[in-house]
Amino acid sequence: MGEFLVRRIAQLLPTLVLVSMLIFGLQQLLPGDPAKILAGEEQDPQVIAYLHQKLHLDDPLPVRYAYWVGGVLRGDLGESVRNQQPVLHLIAQKLPVTLELALLAMAIALVIGIPAGIVSAVGRGTAWDWGANVFALWGISTPNFWLGILLILLFSVNLGWLPASGYVSPLEDLGANLKAMIMPAFVLGNAIAAVLMRHTRSAMLQVLSSDYVRTARAKGLDEKTVVLKHALRNALTPIITLGALELGTLLSGAVLTEQVFTIPGFGKLIVDAVFNRDYAVVQGVVLVTATAYMVLNLLADVAYIAVNPRLRH
Amino acid sequence: MPLRPSLRFLRPLLALALGVAALASQAQTLRIGLAEDPDVLDPTLARSFVGRVVFAGLCDKLFDIDEKLAIVPQLATGYQWSADNKSLTLKLRPGVTFHDGEKFDAAAVKFNIERHKTLAGSNRRGELAPVTGVDVIDPMTVRLNLAAPFSPLLAQLTDRAGMMVSPKAAQAAGDKFGAHPVCSGPFKFTERVAQDRIVLERNPNYWNKDAVHFDKVIYTPIPDATVRLANLRAGQLDFIERFAPSDMEKIQAEKKLKTSSITEIGYQGLTINVGKSDKAKATPLGRDPRVREALELSLDRAGLVQVVMDNEAIAGNQWVPPTNSWYAKNVPVPKRDIVRAKQLLKEAGVPNPSFTLLTPTTSDAQRIALVVQAMAREAGFDVKIQAAEFATSLNMADKGDFEAYVLAWSGRPDPDGNLYSFHVCNQPLNYAGYCVPEVDNLVKQSREVLDPAQRKKVFEQVAAKVLKDRPIIYLYHRKWLWAYTPKLQGVREIPDGLLRVSGLKFSTAP
Repeated sequence: MGEFLVRRIAQLLPTLVLVSMLIFGLQQLLPGDPAKILAGEEQDPQVIAYLHQKLHLDDPLPVRYAYWVGGVLRGDLGESVRNQQPVLHLIAQKLPVTLELALLAMAIALVIGIPAGIVSAVGRGTAWDWGANVFALWGISTPNFWLGILLILLFSVNLGWLPASGYVSPLEDLGANLKAMIMPAFVLGNAIAAVLMRHTRSAMLQVLSSDYVRTARAKGLDEKTVVLKHALRNALTPIITLGALELGTLLSGAVLTEQVFTIPGFGKLIVDAVFNRDYAVVQGVVLVTATAYMVLNLLADVAYIAVNPRLRH
Repeated sequence: MPLRPSLRFLRPLLALALGVAALASQAQTLRIGLAEDPDVLDPTLARSFVGRVVFAGLCDKLFDIDEKLAIVPQLATGYQWSADNKSLTLKLRPGVTFHDGEKFDAAAVKFNIERHKTLAGSNRRGELAPVTGVDVIDPMTVRLNLAAPFSPLLAQLTDRAGMMVSPKAAQAAGDKFGAHPVCSGPFKFTERVAQDRIVLERNPNYWNKDAVHFDKVIYTPIPDATVRLANLRAGQLDFIERFAPSDMEKIQAEKKLKTSSITEIGYQGLTINVGKSDKAKATPLGRDPRVREALELSLDRAGLVQVVMDNEAIAGNQWVPPTNSWYAKNVPVPKRDIVRAKQLLKEAGVPNPSFTLLTPTTSDAQRIALVVQAMAREAGFDVKIQAAEFATSLNMADKGDFEAYVLAWSGRPDPDGNLYSFHVCNQPLNYAGYCVPEVDNLVKQSREVLDPAQRKKVFEQVAAKVLKDRPIIYLYHRKWLWAYTPKLQGVREIPDGLLRVSGLKFSTAP
């Protein structure tokens, strides 16, 4: 286990370097001179020339990459050209918001998705199964922004129970924070719950038809032990993989949901940065989300081993 | 009604609640929904329209404009042009301090104008280009010296070029000033969380503090117009800017919100490549003014305004709207005339000209492209639409890689700001590549004439030429659509589309 961890962590660094090079290169493919976008409406040639110099836009690509890496190694991710805030500061502002939203959404997805998947697999062909499938279909096919706006209209505009949008730090007011986060977390969680439910169902169906489950039942174990202890544990591996990937996606920012609920997270940050050609911000955010993705995958691998002892050797 | 004994314990709670409510009513907050997140809050470096909305609460200017676009005093109380019109002397308002307690005086004005002109990356340099130097005459009098007479100068000083920041704070912060701006406006900067909020609090030492009725102003960027409106309806915002024209009817029918609809100082138009690149010569549209005239005559502007903007715009054919005092009456908005359009195309020898209309992917611009395509088809045009993300489209326009381009301009109070950079040779916003020495001379002349009547005559000559050559076919002038809670009073409808927060208050009546 220890060796496995060391090996996996050692793999992280070169992967991150590759990702950062890839993103740096890809950004250059974005059409348009970033200085012209940043120069605003007036397009003053002197401002454009100044921005070229400030952002090293006239230097060759490897030199620009070296400038950026040099900064990163000194702990400086650069500064947003648009609003002059340090990228590190922006990330520190947005990361907790995105993290909270992602975790809440994931919690909602797990609480709905896995039990629904189990019920639907165990009661295959029954009304429960049918109901869970309809729910899943609905969850997968409902666009987030549409569901978000409908929820706002119902709970904020008509009923007035929840704030329409915005974000309050949990340290400031936990109640207000949860009130603001529940709708976006539900919108995101709902879609993931549907996917999780479908995967749990198919994994469970496969496991439930295997020999050892028949043996367990033949031994006279009660159904609850068979399903939750013997079957579910083996069905969990693909669900963990999927969960880690979904959580990774959530951490890279739920763009549309954040837009609709005006949650100041990573999604809004990176989309605005791309449109404004604010390269330092794009680069910094990608670095953080790529790291998060890789760490989550590592954790998923560790979790496999925890649920499946056969993988320990 | 006496409370039941079992509920008596509620009494102190009730009293407490009332007390809290009373306190809350004393500390009033104005919550404003913006359509975008502003860029840097440094008047010298700022670039975005939406940033100017925040500046209207944060930074006072030497002059302001009123509902009729007249220039009115703000930090300067009066002005005097020299006999040769090559210097402008300003009298300053006494007793004004910046948010950090520093005094506003002639030296501060000198510092600010010089900062606008010299700070690396300044966006104000072009606006103040003719200013060669600033002399402090006495603590409350300052003189701006010009290379040549420059009639748009006063109007420049009503916008960011006239905004005054604290010299001490600006010197200390250098180019990081925008992260903690220190000005002299009715509200001072408290905090900013990018894409979430900008919080300002009351400036207790404001020179016109009787006009300030809020303790705090919070600007929240909410890019989606539907969501912005939902927040206003849910009572989480008190005011939103730029709601969707299609929502106007519903809001008015509901009668729960107040609205303002103000004709902008900018325009929406079709820029035509008449000389920016070789592409200009490749199409009959870029080559032949008759084809451009035919295109204009094929368009029904009223229909366009109805379909694209739900009638929340006014049809126009110039760089200023027909309601503007600088509108050149000698060139009125032409009526649609398909017969004449077809005849012009025939004369030009191209009965079915074809061109590609480049459009940004914003919904307004795409709708314009579709309507133009349909209308122009009736005269014989074959219009192909090419949609590109805004930055990409701007890049193409800049390289001359287009034939016609749907492009809007937010407008400046003085017509020069809508004209000079677009129609004078080689100016940065002259995407059409229009270059006619006669027009250059006229526009330059309009900058040197100070008398409004004379200046108007020059603009009429410019209009007669430029609107015949049609490097830009002006279509309409949008309206700034604002919605707000009915208890908000004192909303001033100024055509620059920037909400003035001083003077605003909540009505006390229920």
